[in-house]
Order: sequence, then structure tokens, then C-alpha cells
Amino acid sequence: MGKDTKIVAVIDYGAGNIGSVVNALMNLGYRPTVTDSASVILNADAVFLPGVGAAADTMRSLSVTGIDECVRRLVELKKPLFAICVGLQVLLTATEEDGEHRCLGIIPGRVTKLPSGLKIPHMGWNQVKQACIHPIFTGIPDNTNFYFVHSYYARPMDRSVIAGTTEYGFEFCSMIINNNLFATQFHPEKSGEPGLRMYSNFLKYALL
Amino acid sequence: MLTKRIIPCLDVTGGRVVKGTSFTNLRDAGDPVEQAAFYYGEGADELVFLDIGATPEGRETLVHVVESVAKQVFVPLCVGGGLRTIDDMRRMLKAGADKVSINTAAVQNPGLLKAGAAIFGRQCMVLAVDARRSANDSTAAWEVCTHGGRKPTGIDVLEWIEEAVDLGAGEILLTSWDADGQRSGYDNDLNRAVSELVTVPVIASGGAGTPEHLYQALSLGKADAVLAASIFHYREYSIRQTKEYLAAKGIPVRLQ
Repeated sequence: MGKDTKIVAVIDYGAGNIGSVVNALMNLGYRPTVTDSASVILNADAVFLPGVGAAADTMRSLSVTGIDECVRRLVELKKPLFAICVGLQVLLTATEEDGEHRCLGIIPGRVTKLPSGLKIPHMGWNQVKQACIHPIFTGIPDNTNFYFVHSYYARPMDRSVIAGTTEYGFEFCSMIINNNLFATQFHPEKSGEPGLRMYSNFLKYALL
Repeated sequence: MLTKRIIPCLDVTGGRVVKGTSFTNLRDAGDPVEQAAFYYGEGADELVFLDIGATPEGRETLVHVVESVAKQVFVPLCVGGGLRTIDDMRRMLKAGADKVSINTAAVQNPGLLKAGAAIFGRQCMVLAVDARRSANDSTAAWEVCTHGGRKPTGIDVLEWIEEAVDLGAGEILLTSWDADGQRSGYDNDLNRAVSELVTVPVIASGGAGTPEHLYQALSLGKADAVLAASIFHYREYSIRQTKEYLAAKGIPVRLQ
């Protein structure tokens, strides 16, 4: 069925967690294509943008490889895209990590440091409060725990794109959905069965 | 609310999980890949693999163990033991580890923490510290030991940890040399001193004999996570049972 004929691409720009994302997709029975080729990415039926580490480095890698333009194009075309962790952060207008850096500007808003007085990075399992009803949450109860590891967080200007929030001394946006763009601050590929379920839901929705 | 993490530790040597007392007297405790899958199913929040043999052959074996585990276990994996260079770290991360822990190599070359953090990100860099209480009780200080706890260095634990966090350590795996393998509780003076000192998460390790010990490390010791080996390896307590106990005592844990 869909699993054999459709192309699931994982964007390879040197991010550290590509292997983990691929392992999760393989476990679900998909055979993802790991690629840095714009044409392969634009032809895929569903695309993953992994991310781990610093947003400025990630933006640099994305622009050096030309993948920044490719991701903007994917969003214009409303192709199903799932961005993870720093992959979410680079979708915004700018980040203040290591100085001021421009990001992709797909989701208006800024990425700022978690407030002091908290343990940083925010590392471990925390609950995601679902802010909308969407097939991506099928079989995933409200307030399910997902695995987080980050020191910065996204503040989208348009609150209607916030699909999930998490409490860490304050409430922050931990998930974004905008048309066919999905993004999580947490790592579904490291969040056990609920994380696998979220990828599976995304792919069922994307490859319909 | 962020939950406290319960982390089984798999001490590995020659491709097998082993368990000993104060870093010696090792007993066989199973196949690492099977153990990892078992703990994942039981609700472990993370897994730590420590190569206690720390030989080049052992490291080769561990790379394959990590590769197999990463294909079936979808929680964070931390690997340590004998990692000395950026290349050693890169191999483990490529094999599927999310974090690497370094101990002796960081003491010998603190620049390794900085270099690792710059390349892989702070969140990848776990500083493992083996802390031994000073013979002089009145000073209430701990000394850093290296080489699997065998070699006292004369370095003060708190000073070292502060420096290491400045350099790039994103998390502290804190093992009490005195309590390790004794099963009579963690060194919670040590855990609290370090947790209050740094803003990065602290994993308490060494001394777990009962779920109550884990509770004490998370409450009295203010640790963000607890690591335990033998209480889980010999199936005395399951991870689920331990988490239910902690939840009943008011500690936030992940139960799904």
C-alpha cells in the first residue's frame, strides 16, 4: 500500500538525530529516503526536518546546502512537513541563540531563551496539552508525556498555530500545526510508543 | 510539569551486562540488547550504557550493541566508559547514542568538554563524576576519582563540576564511590550539594537498594533523575512498580 509507493524523505543537512528519526520510521514499516537533494525533497510525499543542537548552526547548514529555500517551497506547496526540535525553531523569524540570527520566517515570531531560575536545558519527559483536535493526536491522550531537550523556545505571534503547550515554570508552545506543516519542540523519535504513534498518524494523514 | 527520570544503568563488558560492588567483584546480569528492550517495555525514561572494561575491543562491541538497541528502543540512550576523543564520541552518536558521558578523559583534558559541546551540542555532553568522601569528615568535601574509581585525583568534586559546566557539560552523572554497590542509599549530601550548585540536570547514581532510596535522592538529594542497576537487573523491583511508589509519594513521574 502507501508504505511502498509513497516517498518519505528525511532531510540530511548534518543534524545529529537523523538516525533516530530513520530508526523510528523503519520501526513503523516505512523506508525513508535520507537526502540533501532539493529535487528529491520536493518530490517526496512527506518530509521530515530533523534537528538537534544550536539553531544558528542549523540555519548555517540549511543555507549552505540551499535547503532553506527548499523548505520554504515545501511550505508554499503545502507538502506535509514534520519539523523536530531545532527544526521547529528555525521555522520562526529569528532566534536569540548565540546572538541574533535570522531564521526561515515561515512562522512569524521569535525564539528566546528559557527563563533563568529553571534547570537548563529543559531535559526529560513533560506533558503536552493539546490545543486543537487533529488526526495527529489519534490514540494519544491529552497531557501525554514526550521527551524534551532544549534551552530555547518558540513564541509564534499568531497563537492559532499553537497545537500543543507544555508547562515548565510557565506555559510555552511545544507544538505547531499550520496547514500541512507540523512541528514539535519535543522529540517524538525518543518519546516511546506515543512518539511513534505521532509519526504514524502524521504519515497516515500525509500519504492519504 | 517536568517529570523525574528513572534510568536503569547497564554496565557492559565483553558484550555482557555485569554488576559489582564498588566497581569490583563483577557478576553476569544478561544480554545488553535484551535488557534494554525489557527496560524500554517497562517504562524506563532513558538508558545508560557504561563500558566498564573500556578496552578498544569492548568499545567495538558496544558500538554494535548501541546500533541494535537504537533500532528498537525509542527513549534517549547515553553511552560512556573509556571515551577519550571526539572520534570516539562521534562513533557512539552515529551508532544511535543521544548523549555520551565522559569521565577520566575530561579530567585529563577538560578541553574535550568544550570541543564536544561545540561540535555535538551541550545536550550531548554528560560529565560523569565518581566522587569519594574525603577521609577528613569535618571538611564535608568529595574528591574526584578517575579510572573507574580506582584513582583519587585530589580534585574537589564541586569545583570540578562547576568548571566542567562552564566548559560545556550539559548534564552531570554523579556517582558516589562510597555508596556504589552498597545498596544502602545514595549519598544525598553529595546530590544536594551538586544540584544546588549547577543549573544543568543532575543524575544521582550509586547506592540504590530500594525504591525508597530513589525517593530520597529525588527529594532530599534534589536530583533530576536517578540511575540504578542491581535493583532492576535482578528483578527485585520493576521500573513500573518503582514509579508507582514514587508517584504515591508525590514525585512527578511518567507512568503511561
